[in-house]
Amino acid sequence: MTRHAALRLLSSLSALLLVAVLAGAARAEQLIVSISNNRITVTTNYSGGELVLFGSIEREAGAALRPGYDLVVTVRGPRADMVTRRKERKLGIWVNTDSRQFINVPGYLAVFANRPLEAIASADTQRRQQLGMNNILLTQRVGADYGDVVPDDAFRSAFVRLREGQGLYRQDTAAVTFLTPTLFRTGIPLPAEVPIGAYEVEIQCFADGALLTKTTTGFEIVKVGFEQFVASAARNNGLAYGLVTALMALMTGWIASVVFRKD
Amino acid sequence: MQLYLPIADLPVNVLLILMMGAAVGFISGMFGIGGGFLMTPLLIFTGISPAVAVASVTSHMAASSFSGALSYWRRRALDPLLALILLCGGVLGTLLGVWFFTLMRSIGQLDLMIALSYVALLTTVGGLMVWEGMRAIMRANRGQPPMVKRTGSRNWIHAMPFKIRFKRSKIYLSVIPVVAIGLLIGFIGAVMGVGGGFILVPILIYLLRVPTSTVIGTSMVLTLFTMLIATVLHAVTNHLVDAVLALILMIGGVTGAQFGARAGQRIRSEQLRLLLGLLILAVGVRFGIELGIRPDELFTIRETGVSG
Repeated sequence: MTRHAALRLLSSLSALLLVAVLAGAARAEQLIVSISNNRITVTTNYSGGELVLFGSIEREAGAALRPGYDLVVTVRGPRADMVTRRKERKLGIWVNTDSRQFINVPGYLAVFANRPLEAIASADTQRRQQLGMNNILLTQRVGADYGDVVPDDAFRSAFVRLREGQGLYRQDTAAVTFLTPTLFRTGIPLPAEVPIGAYEVEIQCFADGALLTKTTTGFEIVKVGFEQFVASAARNNGLAYGLVTALMALMTGWIASVVFRKD
Repeated sequence: MQLYLPIADLPVNVLLILMMGAAVGFISGMFGIGGGFLMTPLLIFTGISPAVAVASVTSHMAASSFSGALSYWRRRALDPLLALILLCGGVLGTLLGVWFFTLMRSIGQLDLMIALSYVALLTTVGGLMVWEGMRAIMRANRGQPPMVKRTGSRNWIHAMPFKIRFKRSKIYLSVIPVVAIGLLIGFIGAVMGVGGGFILVPILIYLLRVPTSTVIGTSMVLTLFTMLIATVLHAVTNHLVDAVLALILMIGGVTGAQFGARAGQRIRSEQLRLLLGLLILAVGVRFGIELGIRPDELFTIRETGVSG
């Protein structure tokens, strides 16, 4: 090995080391998370449930020790279009009049944190990172325009309130608990009417009002067995499903007339 | 016992639904009606969406009217020809009804339309029945004989052309009003999730002078076919028929109907009519009050489709 080549190797090695150190400084923390169950099956006796998310904030050796971490967990269910309608009094009766269409909004939406969001990050950061129910984008179609509106818009707040009433939207800023300064957990409650499909869980870690790192994981809710069979038959083979239901009605009626025959 | 309904997408208490089916079945057996006008509102009350309730009750009505029609058939207490001609209108009416149902659903006025038709129809029919029942009871109390049926009297309906003879019912009648009535009942049934027996029976008796011996059996045949068609059409166009829900209702309903029929035989017929009239009127008035008072929640949400 010549002296020249040895020098070159040394310089490239040091360059690599520098990159690694820089990367380490940028990502001094890393999130490692796990969900208690990645696949929830909806069966005949399904009546809601709760998942548990566990996680740990891994610090690089030698990284500066921070006084405290903040966590925001956002769970988004399968997306759908929804219409919100408002009733008004017309000719003495209450009629649906005005309506807004919400495009591609999550069927389930939950925000969990370890303390109030105002304490975690500035209003500006909250908006930029879509933290909390008021900042998460809920796209509306207003005429020909698409976009979100101010959080206290009548339709937006009614939409969120109704979904909250069904347990499908929720925000709890005391749900994330730290077991040790770096080990945390939170429950993800799922109501009985939970939408079927893929769920995305976003975990964001903050310190001193700034986003340090984030990661995503997910789980899915599936109908299985009989429920799945009936639901997909109704959707994909409407005619056959209708005919079978009609036949079932005839059978039940016939059996009843035989069982309860008086003569 | 909780059970998850696959189409309604919510868990319900099976015993509660069975009891509701049995209670409505009892009433329907007692009065010789389908009871859809009670079943649909009850389901809506338990949290099932009006659209799924209407669509699922149609198959429940098919089951109960089939068991009823079979027993009337054995006693030769139905008029096949009259039923067939009513059905010609009924099929067309059902098609129109399901089309109208789908249209109203797409413009977001289905719930209002269901409520409005309940108010209009139930208060009218209920009010007339209460009035007629009270007069009959007052006559009976004064010791007068029940009103003699004016079989000989004729009205404008009997002046229409295309007359045919209905042998089993012993009437000679134009087919035009028969088809028109079938059309109306089919339409109402598909839109409101009712069999329509509680409207059809009085119309056949008072307007067409069909004898009471064949009227209920014939009405059940029409209900059976319109409800079967409505079930299939609702399943094809709106995918809203919950077969699991329907099966629970059917089992409760056909059982309750047997006990109701026995109880009904012990009550005098004019009292029975008054009771039924009061019941129909009460349901109609309740829907009316609901439309008039300010709802607790002015907003509603409906999913319009899964986006990619």
